[in-house]
Amino acid sequence: MRLSRRRVRGVVDKELRDLRRNSNVVYTMLVLPLIFLVQPVVEVLTLSAHSAAVLRREHTLTYLLAIPTLVPAALAAYAIVGERLQGTLEPLLSTPVQRRELILGKALAVFLPSLAVAYVVFALFVIIVELFSAAGVAGALLRTPYVLAQVIFTPLLATWSIWLGMVISARFADPRAATQVAILVSLPTVAITSLIAFNVIPANLRVALGFGVGLLVLNRIGWRVATAVFDRERLITGSR
Amino acid sequence: MTGAAEQPALSVRSLSKRFGERMAYEQISFEVGRGEVFGFLGPNGAGKTTMVRTLGTLIAPSAGSASVAGVPLSEANGVEIRRRIAIMPESPGLYQRLSVRDNLACFADLYEVPAPARRIAEVLSMVGLAERAAELCGALSKGLRQRVALARALLSEPQVLFLDEPTSGLDPAAARDVHELIEGMRERGVTVFLTTHRLEEAERLCDRVAILNTTLRSIGRPAELRDQLFTRALLVRTASALADPAAVFASLPALEGWHAQGDSAYLLEAADISALAPHAVRALVAAGADVLAVEERRHSLEDVYLELVGERREEAAR
Repeated sequence: MRLSRRRVRGVVDKELRDLRRNSNVVYTMLVLPLIFLVQPVVEVLTLSAHSAAVLRREHTLTYLLAIPTLVPAALAAYAIVGERLQGTLEPLLSTPVQRRELILGKALAVFLPSLAVAYVVFALFVIIVELFSAAGVAGALLRTPYVLAQVIFTPLLATWSIWLGMVISARFADPRAATQVAILVSLPTVAITSLIAFNVIPANLRVALGFGVGLLVLNRIGWRVATAVFDRERLITGSR
Repeated sequence: MTGAAEQPALSVRSLSKRFGERMAYEQISFEVGRGEVFGFLGPNGAGKTTMVRTLGTLIAPSAGSASVAGVPLSEANGVEIRRRIAIMPESPGLYQRLSVRDNLACFADLYEVPAPARRIAEVLSMVGLAERAAELCGALSKGLRQRVALARALLSEPQVLFLDEPTSGLDPAAARDVHELIEGMRERGVTVFLTTHRLEEAERLCDRVAILNTTLRSIGRPAELRDQLFTRALLVRTASALADPAAVFASLPALEGWHAQGDSAYLLEAADISALAPHAVRALVAAGADVLAVEERRHSLEDVYLELVGERREEAAR
């Protein structure tokens, strides 16, 4: 059966309206990125001009990829369990919305603000580096391949985290537990980006391509799994 | 060939639902005609909500078959069935941080309602909330939230409207408002499937009722159920006890039996009360009795319900 754009848009609009008024979730969205912004900003701003050459051998920017990994995981983890908690899931599932439409709508409603936050934080980082770092530091740090990687991997990582969060959200009954577990299962991805940032995994085109293709495949699988685990009966009655 | 309009709104055949070892309901069969207000009564855990969820395609039956709004009940037909019906669950389930209008706008999109702004204004007007469209649902009283939930259920102009305990937890004034809205549904020709604990509500609103306690105990018009379970009777009160009541009542036509109710009241059982009453009054007057009152003893739907769900027997056992 075809997907209805209007139903997907209805879910997205509702989620975004609700998100704007949910201060707890907004704080989570803002605090996590700020934590991950502080360390690289401090590191870069304390570098002297003659240390800039060191940056050419490091991949500090990759560290910021933790933001599009963790923020959507936390948001997506609330997506379904939150509806159960509020008692809104049953009326929602009583409508003609298909589970693919619901999952897609909820995923988009997490994807869009997460992407916005990740890009805004990255832009903030670039502005701080350009304005306040020592001479030569910005040029050494903000190299085109790394900026490009940031732009390309941000949506791929965010999507992967959303599917993880959705699967957990559909399986858990307690939103706090769901959020904690979603962040926990996102840590291996953060570990990979951190290992690249700290030069343990070499940052080259082959690794980037492999990482990119791997994420595309995982995202395809993630969409299928997230849709499959969304079982109306189990979500409504708690048993099947 | 039978036209869609002639098909029943709901047709349920030997439907059962089991959760592991527990049977929610078993071998249920009934039909609900189009435009009928049908009451589904039963104690807690009888399977009422599970039946609503099954017919609403939220959960799958374990056995049996059904058709809802003319569509066979199956997972593949879920979207089509849900397009034709609306369910108002016991808890309104509104987005508390969104306004009344935003709540309805979301559901208008999910039902793909044409001209949503106009339809939202219409349903808000129907439930008397036109002036409160901009208020957050979290700030509304329970009664008003229930009205918003009803407005949401009416958005798509459903053929069948499932109301699961719509007045649960409401004060009498708010419950009366909901009753008036349900009567309005009947006037519009909407089929209403109403689950309730409130027997006076069912008696007032429903054309027919089914009494369920895991299995279907009985089904029919409230008056029919009373007649099935209880012999009709005439209660006669006199100023003083009759000297020989057996002699007075012996010759009454249509009398099936009688017994005294205290010192000066008598219960006369008959299938046709209207045939019995004039003869009974004449016989009493002829016997010199001062007749204070003659009335048909009415059993309430509550009597029927308690008889059928077995609570009376349990009370007696205690």
